[in-house]
Amino acid sequence: MTYAIQVHDLTKKYGNLVAVNNISFGIMQGEIFGLLGPNGAGKTTTLSMLSTMQKPSSGTATVQGKDVEKNEDDVRKAIGIVFQDQSLDEELTAGENMNFHGRLYRIPPDERDKRIDDLLRLVELYDRKNDIVKTFSGGMRRRLEIARGLLHHPSVLFLDEPTLGLDPQTRNHLWQYIADLSKEKHITIILTTHYMEEADRLCDRIAIIDHGSIIALDTPQNLKNGIGGDIITIKTPDINTVSGVLSEPWIHRIETHNDEIRIYLRNAEQHISDIITTLNQENITVHSVSIHKPTLEDVFLSYTGKTIREQEIDGKEMMRMHMRMVRH
Amino acid sequence: MDIIYTIWLRSMIRYIRSKSRIVGSISMPLFFLLFLGFGLNSVVRIPGLGENYIEFLIPGMVAMSVLFTSVFSGIQIIWDKQFGFLKETLVAPVTRMEIMLGQTFGGATTALIQGIIIMVISLFVGLKVQSVTGFFIALGFMVLIGISFTAFGIAIASRMEDMTGFQLIMNFVVFPIFGLSGALFPISSLPPWLAPVTMLDPLTYGVEGIRYGLTGVSQINPVLSFMVIGGFACIMTIIGAFLFRKISI
Ligand SMILES: Nc1ncnc2c1ncn2[C@@H]1O[C@H](COP(=O)(O)OP(=O)(O)OP(=O)(O)O)[C@@H](O)[C@H]1O
Ligand SMILES: [Mg+2]
Repeated sequence: MTYAIQVHDLTKKYGNLVAVNNISFGIMQGEIFGLLGPNGAGKTTTLSMLSTMQKPSSGTATVQGKDVEKNEDDVRKAIGIVFQDQSLDEELTAGENMNFHGRLYRIPPDERDKRIDDLLRLVELYDRKNDIVKTFSGGMRRRLEIARGLLHHPSVLFLDEPTLGLDPQTRNHLWQYIADLSKEKHITIILTTHYMEEADRLCDRIAIIDHGSIIALDTPQNLKNGIGGDIITIKTPDINTVSGVLSEPWIHRIETHNDEIRIYLRNAEQHISDIITTLNQENITVHSVSIHKPTLEDVFLSYTGKTIREQEIDGKEMMRMHMRMVRH
Repeated sequence: MDIIYTIWLRSMIRYIRSKSRIVGSISMPLFFLLFLGFGLNSVVRIPGLGENYIEFLIPGMVAMSVLFTSVFSGIQIIWDKQFGFLKETLVAPVTRMEIMLGQTFGGATTALIQGIIIMVISLFVGLKVQSVTGFFIALGFMVLIGISFTAFGIAIASRMEDMTGFQLIMNFVVFPIFGLSGALFPISSLPPWLAPVTMLDPLTYGVEGIRYGLTGVSQINPVLSFMVIGGFACIMTIIGAFLFRKISI
């Protein structure tokens, strides 16, 4: 196994803001690698540097062994990218958008036409080939962009929030498609997302990124196992008394989060009645109890002390403040 | 070459599809031609052309149409930036020079076609093409104006984030360039203090070149006109390419 992408101490600063902070990782050939994090975490900035669209402030990165700063052109030939924001020409038809791309990447005409038809069939847009993109739905545009990104047979594919804003059905469909793609064509895929489920289902390995730093990197399974078993969530008004009452050895860890108690333990089903009994004996009111297997959301929470949604609200707040400062 | 052609091709497809833009950018020179032309035809006397103001005005309107179309075509880059399409070209393994040249030639071609449309319409209000050679001389000057000002538009667009500054550029740069160019009145009839300003305006030489081609008469030697507007086209292309190289998205 060789590396498709290697990143060393990569940093990107915008003025005082450190968008990407000293990150390092390696991605194997054929791997689906996820960058998971809230808004403003630095996912897009990382992809921009890997795809030569932004210069790193410091650190190095190689794609297929080619340095993103010194060997721009070779990197560009090796990669395909689907940007977070739409990048189609809306005045052109689906076929013309593909054709334009094929010409930019110097694919010979016969080969180009054949590939365009094949790919449009693959993303189920063949019958819309001669329609102007302006008339396409969000999902259709996304599929067209993915098809376009594959036209020049890249060995590494970047997908920035590939399913953002799509309905669950289209999203599922795209997931299946991305998974097949990596298996059949052996393309290395690096995707960013803030959907936990997406990362969990698709990725071989995940880097959780927050405030520009990688805070955890492993397979989804290992990340979830790292949490220490199952999670029992208890809603109660007496938050502060609970942790003092529960001290059984089989309890791995207790955390409070907003008006909830989160108890991490193995084999939660066996112990739940003990916990309820204890709480009742101590006269602690319990509004609700739930058990669940750990998800990536829990992983995120345990590493950052916040759920990804709360983090995003903070991010927006920060951005607003930033805008205000810039304006005044 | 093939990349430049690709970018050019896209401009052409977009141009052909945008009916409203075609009509819109013909209308202004057309109104000028009709109102100014017919309105002032009996009032204004142009030295050398006798009483025919319309004949004097037509080359100016052709130049106007080329000027505005080409500035617009260059500015298009801002829309590509805003609608995201620019990323698609910038991330491809092609040089910025190729992208810029393709865009420039695309804009110049569009402008040329718009100019020819005005020319054809002018045939009905008094344009008499003197010779085939003259016609092609006029086309040559239109191409040079087109290249110059598409490149100018690209240079501007490379430095602008959005369209907010566009009106400013139009009012303080493009309209003065047009107004001072001798498209509407003969240079020789200007007051002495204004004449030198007109001679500094590159469009003056473009208009005079087209006028020489279409009417056989001009106040500036056509060779000089060719050298000045040709040189200006080269300089603008270099500036445009330089600024486009630094474009950030
Ligand atoms: N061109 C820029 N100039 C200044 N700051 C920037 C620029 N691009 C990004 N940033 C800042 O860098 C940080 C990381 O942004 P980035 O777009 O990489 O986040 P992200 O993880 O992709 O978020 P999202 O999920 O919203 O797409 C943010 O705080 C953002 O405001
Ligand atoms: Mg992003």
